[in-house]
Amino acid sequence: MADTTAIEAPIQDPSSARRLAEFWYYFSENRGAVIGLVVFAVLVVVAVLAPLIAPHAPNAQYRDAVLVPPVWETGGRAAYLLGTDAVGRDILSRLLYGARFSLFIGVIVTTLALVGGIVVGVVAGFFRGWVDTVIMRVMDIILAFPSLLLALVLVAVLGPGLMNAMIAIALVLQPHFVRLTRAAVMAEKGREYVTAAQVAGASSFRLMFRTILPNCLAPLIVQATLSFSNAILDAAALGFLGMGAQPPTPEWGTMLAEAREFILRAWWVVTFPGLAILITVLAINLMGDGLRDALDPKLKRS
Amino acid sequence: MPLLEIENLVVEFETASGPFRAVDGVSLSVSEREVLAIVGESGSGKSVSMLAVMGLLPWTAKVMADKLAFDGRDLLSLDVAERRRIVGKDIAMIFQEPMASLNPCFTVGFQIEEVLRVHMKMDRARRRARAVELLKAVGIPEPAERLSSYPHQMSGGQCQRVMIAIAIACNPKLLIADEPTTALDVTIQKQILDLLMRLQAEHGMGLIMITHNMGVVAETADRVVVQYKGRKMEEADVLSLFETPKSAYTRALLAALPDNATGDRLPTISDYFDDEARIAEAAR
Amino acid sequence: MSGPVLEAKNIVRDYHVRGGMFGTSRTVHAVKGVSFSVDEGRTLAIVGESGCGKSTLARIITMIDAPTSGELKIDGARVDIGKAALTPEMRRKVQIVFQNPYGSLNPRQKIGDVLGEPLLINTDKSAGERRDLSMRMLKKVGLEEKHFNRYPHMFSGGQRQRIAIARALMLNPRLLVLDEPVSALDLSVQAQVLNLLADLQDEFKLTYVFISHDLSVVRYIADEVMVMYFGEAVEYGTRDAVFSDPKHDYTRTLFAATPRADVASIKARLAKKKAA
Repeated sequence: MADTTAIEAPIQDPSSARRLAEFWYYFSENRGAVIGLVVFAVLVVVAVLAPLIAPHAPNAQYRDAVLVPPVWETGGRAAYLLGTDAVGRDILSRLLYGARFSLFIGVIVTTLALVGGIVVGVVAGFFRGWVDTVIMRVMDIILAFPSLLLALVLVAVLGPGLMNAMIAIALVLQPHFVRLTRAAVMAEKGREYVTAAQVAGASSFRLMFRTILPNCLAPLIVQATLSFSNAILDAAALGFLGMGAQPPTPEWGTMLAEAREFILRAWWVVTFPGLAILITVLAINLMGDGLRDALDPKLKRS
Repeated sequence: MPLLEIENLVVEFETASGPFRAVDGVSLSVSEREVLAIVGESGSGKSVSMLAVMGLLPWTAKVMADKLAFDGRDLLSLDVAERRRIVGKDIAMIFQEPMASLNPCFTVGFQIEEVLRVHMKMDRARRRARAVELLKAVGIPEPAERLSSYPHQMSGGQCQRVMIAIAIACNPKLLIADEPTTALDVTIQKQILDLLMRLQAEHGMGLIMITHNMGVVAETADRVVVQYKGRKMEEADVLSLFETPKSAYTRALLAALPDNATGDRLPTISDYFDDEARIAEAAR
Repeated sequence: MSGPVLEAKNIVRDYHVRGGMFGTSRTVHAVKGVSFSVDEGRTLAIVGESGCGKSTLARIITMIDAPTSGELKIDGARVDIGKAALTPEMRRKVQIVFQNPYGSLNPRQKIGDVLGEPLLINTDKSAGERRDLSMRMLKKVGLEEKHFNRYPHMFSGGQRQRIAIARALMLNPRLLVLDEPVSALDLSVQAQVLNLLADLQDEFKLTYVFISHDLSVVRYIADEVMVMYFGEAVEYGTRDAVFSDPKHDYTRTLFAATPRADVASIKARLAKKKAA
């Protein structure tokens, strides 16, 4: 067997550090994505360290400092860097604590939508037939509603509150994951490695979740980052409408709602929570863009 | 004077893991009425060197050559617009995947006429007449009706015929065929090769046939260039290549053909070389 | 064990194509009553062009799809996956190697897991035993121990095809269906893989069904040859009989169309060109 033992040289260096380096190469080509990542990292640090870096407790009311403007405006005080709201709470501290809520909402909602969407999507894509038809028509119905309106109805049924708002948003975001998973599963199912596993005797469950699913994850990760920002946005909207987190929770949307009547008198009470939402969502979306560049082989330049 | 002259062509790609040299110092030339076959296995740089001639490489590629001349004109010094006037008109190319080379959204007729409009500046009626004539020349039955067909309504062999029709639409001086029959069945391959040879003889074109199939080389070429890992291993006329191959790599390649099997096992490249370094050495 | 390893009688496979909302449905006959048998240690080559039904037949022999009608016997035992679920013992008797070495390995699975998976599913061997068996098979197909923990994308086409062959052999099958196993490979690698297949056939007394469109490869590897054309077996016989005296017109067309890479035919062509 002298000639059969000779083999061709491997194409690539096998170390996983190398794969990571390649991932970073494609990710870092997108400058916006790197900025987004940095902002997001800062946000996580802020959320974790909020009790340490916040100058005041989020719900502490300073009666002597109602609607104090930011420090650089006339009448601003160094103790309240971004000013205070109508009942004398420090806006900066509330924003720092609010980051915790926003990230918490993003993580929980995305996880719920992702897990639910993947299971339903894999089942639909793998079995096809009437199972697929039923699942996809239900998803179509969910998608036929304006998403915020549906979330609003669900919250109205379940009762207002942060937890119920998150469940409602997860339900509204889920069809996107179902569709994406189903399409990816259908494309992968026809590949020969799946048939090979089938010939080796793999069960349907194993084929679905061990063989096919890991190969469908790249687009799902990208969709998950986009859903993360969507979840934050929707939660803020529900909070603004009074259906999400309830006062005095320092959630950014709720803060906006409380500040509504002071828009004309004190611009800072609305501007800063609004900016916080904008920057967070933008950073996460930019990051998602970079992830897509790095994970989608179709966009890769060789 | 040769039609296409390449001297010391080098093509490098910028990749995540540093620069990669796909073509390393290849020189070759083709004359009018000549069929040159470039043979090599995957990764030999045979397609890349021709794409470099066409100027069809992505921007990550760096093309360097001592000489890259077509019909006496230096291709490297031409600006984009001038080069585009030559590519597609005087040099045409057909590819391996006929289905993928045609735009699925437009009819066959539209795609043929588009070339005529851009390069030949013909009016509508003359374009249509010429398109029918071309489809007839490449052996498509009922050419006038076929003009309004979409690519997905035709077989792979027919699509390749349409691609050839588009390629010869402007009477090119040089036709580059990149694995034109690899995706096709043997009986269709025979028809397409016969068609290419007939058109080449009729129009007196130069033809570069890029292939990995030794049988295709034997059936079409006048002269052969053998490439391996971006380097030229050997250049010879077709008969002496098969009769008395000079380079050890060519000998190994020919011995690996199942047609030439004598014993129970096929000789492989590794019976001739134990590593790549020695193949590269043999190339010098 | 006496009798052929694989016996097929009158295998028919029809596909029903629905004609959209208002159209009528059509039936496509992919395989039209094909019969053949292969003895232990022999190679049957099934030759044909795209759309002739050879891949459909491969899926039926591998027990992935059920035939519409006809009888399939493996080691003398009748198989009908349309009626009864396949027992693990039957499942492991037939394995398959696909054409495309880039599509047939799971990109997210390490080579060690690719080889161990059939054992994990079908046997109750311990992780250590699975590892030893996988390692032994990996070496048998000409790869090394260091390749065990790598992912498929780190290998060349020829190496992947070796891995796919190793996976197919993990369950000690009786019959190996090879669906164009070398047509995606370079010439030099093709020779290595064909040699490997010949070695393995000797060592494990394997029976091969070798599906191909390349007549020169078929002539090299086959004992018997079956030529298919639009779902029918138009020619079936020993290799020498088919190659020296083809009976059917289509077989002759196929032979005439195959490019010949020998000096005599080049000389003939050049002479003809000069004369013209």
